[in-house]
Amino acid sequence: MKAIRNIFEKTKPYVQKGAKYHWLHSVHDGFFTLFFVQKDTSKSGTHIKDYLDLKRTMAVVVFALVPALLMGIYNTGYQHYKAIGELATTGFFDICLFGLIKVVPFIIVSYVVGLGIEFVFAQYRGHEIQEGFLVSGFLIPLIMPVNTPLWMVAVATAFAVVFAKEVFGGTGMNIWNPALVARAFLFFAYPSHMSGDSVWISLKDTDKVVDGFTGATPMALAAAGTPDYSVMDAFIGLIPGSIGETSALAILIGAIILIVTGIGSWKIMVSTVAGGLFMGFLLQTFAVNEFMAIPAWHHLVLGGFAFGAIFMATDPVSAAQTSKGKYIYGFLVGVLAILIRVVNPAYPEGMMLAILLMNTFAPLIDYYVVEGNIKKRLKRATANA
Amino acid sequence: MENLINIFVKSIFIDNMVFAYFFGMCSYLAVSKSVKTAMGLGIAVVFVLGITVPVDYLLENYILKEGALVWLGEGFADVDLSFLSFIMFIAVIASMVQLVEMVVEKFAPVLYTQLGIFLPLIAVNCAILGGSLFMQQKAFHNIGEATVYGLGSGIGWLLAIVGIAAIREKVQYSDIPAPLRGLGITFIITGLMGLAFMGFMGIKL
Repeated sequence: MKAIRNIFEKTKPYVQKGAKYHWLHSVHDGFFTLFFVQKDTSKSGTHIKDYLDLKRTMAVVVFALVPALLMGIYNTGYQHYKAIGELATTGFFDICLFGLIKVVPFIIVSYVVGLGIEFVFAQYRGHEIQEGFLVSGFLIPLIMPVNTPLWMVAVATAFAVVFAKEVFGGTGMNIWNPALVARAFLFFAYPSHMSGDSVWISLKDTDKVVDGFTGATPMALAAAGTPDYSVMDAFIGLIPGSIGETSALAILIGAIILIVTGIGSWKIMVSTVAGGLFMGFLLQTFAVNEFMAIPAWHHLVLGGFAFGAIFMATDPVSAAQTSKGKYIYGFLVGVLAILIRVVNPAYPEGMMLAILLMNTFAPLIDYYVVEGNIKKRLKRATANA
Repeated sequence: MENLINIFVKSIFIDNMVFAYFFGMCSYLAVSKSVKTAMGLGIAVVFVLGITVPVDYLLENYILKEGALVWLGEGFADVDLSFLSFIMFIAVIASMVQLVEMVVEKFAPVLYTQLGIFLPLIAVNCAILGGSLFMQQKAFHNIGEATVYGLGSGIGWLLAIVGIAAIREKVQYSDIPAPLRGLGITFIITGLMGLAFMGFMGIKL
């Protein structure tokens, strides 16, 4: 620690105001606060009572995402060895190692590209380095199919960081969740790499697959009218799917961390699940096709619903900000996700688009909640007077 | 009944005037600075579309279409006046807009001044003429369907403009790069909204 501090002490004079490398000062400060807590406190006026700054908040979310990542790494290896029929003969560590080799490059690419752009923007615009990308950069790899080429991850990350975040002024200003914009961008720009049966499991051309192997996700099977999955596997996460979204169990652990620390809004999580269940029951009652007929709660463990409800919909920046608005927002996310998932044959996964759509309308919901509040208070004030 | 609901939902979300066809962009971009005015203009557009589309439907089916004049007598069976449809539709739209303008001026003078030139300009809003032309193309079976289609398209447009107005009110406080402030960021927002609306594309009702 001492040595690291020394580096910062030594470099500090060079980036001070008026010094030669002043334009690099936000890089300096950014790395400094990554290692050390600022000891400056406010002397007058508003007092900061807690250390919970943006950096700690983001760290908690990343921490909550770790179970999903670990499960994703294991599942990547698991699906690979299952597909080539060597699951029984492969040890736990080999499975994990295969997953690591596949998943870690995603994280590196996403961080390098995303943070690189953030740093350039911060230098160019004279900003402080902001930590918002710590979470986005972690989310992006987790919502990609494992077979996505790395250059696509880089392009999508660059698009999302520039067009969904930096043009709005950076962290805390974005209207849409950058990670979801990255996913949606790839989904519409390179559909063949984002959906279908061959993208979810990492296989080389030379790998021999076992008989009867399709590689389709349970959701795709259900959408095709032949639901074939075990709910237990879907809950634990041993099904094909995007890297981090398969395991409802790991996501549940993350949810508990977010709720206990108060970082994630339980209102949004609860109302999203309620909305999903409501729509699930509704469709189940009408059950026109096989997919509609599956029990409503199965929707919660399939596909990206759990991941979206816990980590994406609760994004404090792009979600509704008002308390009442959060319930409305979450409920509509749930309803739309299941609706798009079941009714739209083009997209087997509705969660991403449902959240993006509700991000679009979150400011409107907030606007009318606030207006309603103003009206109510005005009425009360004039009634008393 | 089921058919009407389908047309309604489809015209709001799937065939959204703004995000599927990029119609009515001029007033959509210009009057979306505050939710209140956007709402006012949106309601005016819903009203105008809700009246012009069924009226144009009647015109189309009893005057303009080939053989539409057969109710005048057998001799008119092969008269085809469809080359007049643009001018007829525009005439209906312009008179409707005049009506709306007078109503708004009388009952909501504040909104009238806020909307300014964009209220009479609804007459040349491509979303309105587009509504009538799509109606022609879609060959609806009865006037009910045409009315529902007009109202639905209007509501879809209203949803788009109040949505972007709320976002723009929020973005006002953001530190947007100077060259992008104003219209630049609005175009980017519109594009991303279109991305979000793509979730509805391909739904078959």
